[in-house]
Amino acid sequence: MSQAAAPHAPSHAVVEPAESPLTPESWGKLGMWIFLAGDAVGFGTLLAAYGGMRATSADWPNPYEVLGINLTAAMTFLLICSSVTMVKALEWLGRGDRGKAKMFLFYTALGGAIFVGCQAYEWTHLIERGLHIDGNPWGAALFGTSFFLVTGFHGLHVSAGVIYLLSIIGVVGRRPDPAASYNVVEITGLYWHFVDLVWIMVFTFMYLL
Amino acid sequence: MAGEHKHPNYMAIFWTLAVLTVVEIGVVFLPFGKMVNGTLLTALATSKAALVAMYFMHLKFETRTLGLIAVTPLAIATLLVFVILPDAFRVAHKTANVKPAAEAPAKH
Repeated sequence: MSQAAAPHAPSHAVVEPAESPLTPESWGKLGMWIFLAGDAVGFGTLLAAYGGMRATSADWPNPYEVLGINLTAAMTFLLICSSVTMVKALEWLGRGDRGKAKMFLFYTALGGAIFVGCQAYEWTHLIERGLHIDGNPWGAALFGTSFFLVTGFHGLHVSAGVIYLLSIIGVVGRRPDPAASYNVVEITGLYWHFVDLVWIMVFTFMYLL
Repeated sequence: MAGEHKHPNYMAIFWTLAVLTVVEIGVVFLPFGKMVNGTLLTALATSKAALVAMYFMHLKFETRTLGLIAVTPLAIATLLVFVILPDAFRVAHKTANVKPAAEAPAKH
């Protein structure tokens, strides 16, 4: 019995190789990149379709006149700030300070939560002024449809990111060795910066152009 | 390659992003017309996105193949625009031709 098993079961403690040629740190990182690439195609499709619909329409409203850009400019700034707190969290974890890392992760989640709150305020305000998913007083009905679809899809990502960040604070708290959660926090950061990156595109194409 | 990257100057990236956002908002009010403003805004947004990807997401310090994975969606989205646009313009011409005759009275 032991003879037959021997070639397949090397004596002890073979660690599963946590190494890939693309991301030497972990497979998880590669997984997140592939997920983000897929997600980016999703956003890319939405924005390309938005461009197509807008080019087709004869009465597309001027977005920055209808939507207003003061609040969204502040929201953009807020997301950029939250990206900075995210890199700071990773930086502190790299230096071995779990407390500071958790604090900056919390600031990042807080930034995301405020962002979603601002978006809720903006949506309510716009709906009260007549911007609905199936029509609006300013022109093409698809303007409202695409606005709610794209900003809603992004807002969903931010909301998911806030939950993700809060649960990662728990992970950092549970693992006494800061190095043990470095990789997890770095992967979370990838997601969060991606959400910031997408907003940069959405803000430009849906509000400013 | 032992897990930790060389950290870029994050605050410099942050200020660049903040300034580029202000420039973007300024561009909206420039009197150069949709085409020039659109090109400027797209260029600015792409630079900002590239800064986030390269430095915040550390893409600059990753392997080249990972960079290619990251750039694939951009290529697909760009391609998609060119797939959609010819159709979009054709429909625009059609609606423009039809509108005065058939659609205008029915609308109001």
